[in-house]
Amino acid sequence: MRTLRTAAAAALIVTLTACGGATSGAGEDEPSAGAKGTVNLAINPWVGYEANAAVIAYLLEKKMGYTVEKKELKEEIAWQGFETGEVDAIVENWGHPDLKKTYIEDKKVAVEVGPTGNQGVIGWYVPQWMVDKYPDITDWKSLNKYADLFKTSESKGKGQFLAGDPSFVTNDEALVTNLKLNYTVVYSGSEAAIIKAAQQASAQTKPLLFYFYEPQWLFAKEKYVRVKLPEYKEGCDADPKKVACDYPDYVLDKIASKKFADGNSTAYQLVKNFTWTNDDQNLVSDYLTNQGMSAEQAAEKWVNEHESTWKPWIPAGS
Amino acid sequence: MTATVPPPPVLQPGGRVLTAASDTAVPGRRGWLRSRTVAAVLAAVTVVAYLVFRTDGAADSSDAAAFRFFDSVRDWVDANRDTSPVFLYGLNYVRLGVRLLVDGVHAALTGLGFAGLVAAVAAIGAVLAGWRTGLLALGGFLAFGVLGLWEQSVDTLVLTVSAVLLSVLIGVPLGILAARVRWVGATLRPVLDVMQIMPTFAYLAPMTLLFLIGEPAAVIATMIYAVPATIRITALGIGEVSPTAVEAATALGSTRWQLLSKVRLPMARTTIALAVNQTIMLALSMVVITALIDAPGLGQNIVSALQRVNVGAAFDAGLAIVILAVVLDRITTNAARRTRVHRTDQQRRWRWIGVGVALVAAVLISVIKVNPEDLPGYSFAAPVNDLVGWIELHWYDATEGLKNGISAGVLDPIETVLVTTPWWLFVAAVAAFGTLISGWRAAVIAAPAAAGIAGLGLWQHSMQTLATVLVAIVLTMALGVAIGVFCARHDRLAAGIRPLLDAAQTMPSFVYLLPAVALFGASRFTAIVAAVIFAVPPVVRLVERGLRDVPPTVVEAALSAGSTPRQLLWKVQLPMARGGLLLAANQGIVMVLAMVVVGGLVGAGALGYDVAAGFSQRELFGQGLAAGLAIVLLGIVLDRLTQGFHHSKGPRR
Repeated sequence: MRTLRTAAAAALIVTLTACGGATSGAGEDEPSAGAKGTVNLAINPWVGYEANAAVIAYLLEKKMGYTVEKKELKEEIAWQGFETGEVDAIVENWGHPDLKKTYIEDKKVAVEVGPTGNQGVIGWYVPQWMVDKYPDITDWKSLNKYADLFKTSESKGKGQFLAGDPSFVTNDEALVTNLKLNYTVVYSGSEAAIIKAAQQASAQTKPLLFYFYEPQWLFAKEKYVRVKLPEYKEGCDADPKKVACDYPDYVLDKIASKKFADGNSTAYQLVKNFTWTNDDQNLVSDYLTNQGMSAEQAAEKWVNEHESTWKPWIPAGS
Repeated sequence: MTATVPPPPVLQPGGRVLTAASDTAVPGRRGWLRSRTVAAVLAAVTVVAYLVFRTDGAADSSDAAAFRFFDSVRDWVDANRDTSPVFLYGLNYVRLGVRLLVDGVHAALTGLGFAGLVAAVAAIGAVLAGWRTGLLALGGFLAFGVLGLWEQSVDTLVLTVSAVLLSVLIGVPLGILAARVRWVGATLRPVLDVMQIMPTFAYLAPMTLLFLIGEPAAVIATMIYAVPATIRITALGIGEVSPTAVEAATALGSTRWQLLSKVRLPMARTTIALAVNQTIMLALSMVVITALIDAPGLGQNIVSALQRVNVGAAFDAGLAIVILAVVLDRITTNAARRTRVHRTDQQRRWRWIGVGVALVAAVLISVIKVNPEDLPGYSFAAPVNDLVGWIELHWYDATEGLKNGISAGVLDPIETVLVTTPWWLFVAAVAAFGTLISGWRAAVIAAPAAAGIAGLGLWQHSMQTLATVLVAIVLTMALGVAIGVFCARHDRLAAGIRPLLDAAQTMPSFVYLLPAVALFGASRFTAIVAAVIFAVPPVVRLVERGLRDVPPTVVEAALSAGSTPRQLLWKVQLPMARGGLLLAANQGIVMVLAMVVVGGLVGAGALGYDVAAGFSQRELFGQGLAAGLAIVLLGIVLDRLTQGFHHSKGPRR
């Protein structure tokens, strides 16, 4: 494969020199159109995504004879991969209307491939022990009453709201301002940092108010409760500076590169047919994180036990 | 060879080269008094000015001119990537060429197969650096298989080798030019300074902009990080070739080309081998970070272990990187050492026969098909996770107290003062103190750099980062000097600690983040802890060497005059090792700055977070790039002030 690629790249350089310049996609793998080739799956940095990718990759490799290359990339970077041909599919996308506009409408290098069947929830959470001790804390109106509990060295005398990875979708600063909450948004900087903080909040019974989301494997281990913010209504988050309502529910979907979709291979059809429930995903995520399985082992276990779920995804004639 | 052996160059762990540390000339007593008075007056003036002009430290706008400018650059590149001649005929070819190189190296290494590659590396080690190194290489590469990380290790090796090849191809000729042609050297120096101060993390966004994601961008980023060391050390080696030898060769009628190829290059051979060694070490540390832009290899394991909050898995991958670093380091340093030995023709012949035999053996072995998965496997993941889990559970209260104490007692006041200082006062202070401490040359560079930070529209964030860096550097120096003194006094302990320090420095910085987060939560102090762990080893090493370089006669004289060990340390050894200490501080600052940026991933906020966010969100791209630039400027300010200190007091070369 590699040597072929080297030869192809060399040939490309020669031909391109003759006919004027190299485009950005030059020299990359051809998309896996038709023949059983390689499928490049982006792996975005959260475990739920990894669960989707694990099962899809397993089916592609073991049941359909493709080779799958997994690429650990942040969302933004993965979308760039559609342009270069380094990424064929993203298998759990959270909204991102801006990226859809750039890459699907403007550049026309990607297409939507339909929902994954998962419901995405983003919200503000507290650990279960706080709800047991302060039952009214799940209402945003009482958050100011408890602000002192959440003070830390970083929160400048106010309560601390811990926000997540910079690549996630957030309205937290606007929410704090517009709901007149006596809190400071502190950026944890990564998903790992926020999960560690949440685990410690449970283990040490320390107060913590934080940005989190479901499906998330951590919920299989510990309980966290969502704080009710003013209800989401269509359009209440139109102006990012004036948001004063909760996050909407997200219908998570799949995105593929234009080339991959146009090839309409059986691999593409599998990605298109793939849809499952939050419970399915949480199960695989749990295998991955709490039971120490590799992606392949986790997918194998799930696939062996849920044949009726995945059988319909496999396109006819593969 | 020559009668006078030139003093070995001082190689800093970051690959920076300083000329052999010269004893700093102690200024006359009167001059010292006068400069102290001036310093006191200046300090008083600054304090008064601060009290009069202090601001309320308004938050940075999220829409500064600099951000919009970078955003527009990004949009232009995005729109013209496949149409502009700059890309069509330039950058895209660079990308293709590098891709070709990577694929070639990859084909060569994987073509050997598991057994073949292990045998080949062991053979190279044995021939170039002696049989002990060969055995080490054999064990090391087998360990990759045992850890279950064979493929990833090979991928990392491929990227490192490609980047090092490029660095040597570009760096050695540039180094020769820099040593031989005065203006080239003078132009290159500031460029190299910036390349080395720029934190690795800040490289990535511009790289993806120009070369998109994937291996080519990763190799180019790695090359940019590593090539300054190649250029600097090569230039040093060429510059140190004894002029008598050159003169003799000229007198015998050598042409310029002959001079270079027969005299200068062979005589600088040892130093150039050292340059390659340093380049490899730097490249290896950068290759890990490029996992963030889709480079394959061990970095991917570490990134995904971080996402699953699995310190143990990250430890396995980190260990593989340490092993790879140790093997490559031993092969190249021992090979470099061996170039010094003069060989007879017969020995040389034997050596060539050895090379031949080893090659044939490696090729033969590569025919044997061994699957690395058949090796007995072992992973440190479970025990490491247990240990970390226990520490997290039981140490939390103590670490919480430490964090709150330092944050409230030290960090917050410094931050408040810095943030509320008006920018022009800061620039003036940098200029004044810069001139006083390091001479006007340093100040001329440092003051505009400080003004540049203000111009970028990230004043508050920059000052917050500066506060974090200052606290981290004080802690690093305190710890580093303490351990360094300890090591200098107890030989056996020093020998025991050294491998630990080596490993701590080679471990990718990411690995420290998780345990630090667990113990200290997402906070600025977490970044400080990670930075201290990262920067202490080189400081220890420099301090230890500084102390050991104090002439034994002086120590003996002090002892016979009745000094207690404490007096010996404070009155004799530390003052005499001042040059080494300042060098350590300078090096420490650069490393701390790099790590504080990575600290943006664990709640350190400020510039580090801006860089991380700009890297992952489209609308924040401009701000991220501006933050990267602000970090570089901050680095230049700090570097000039401390490095200038060292230079200005010593005789210039």
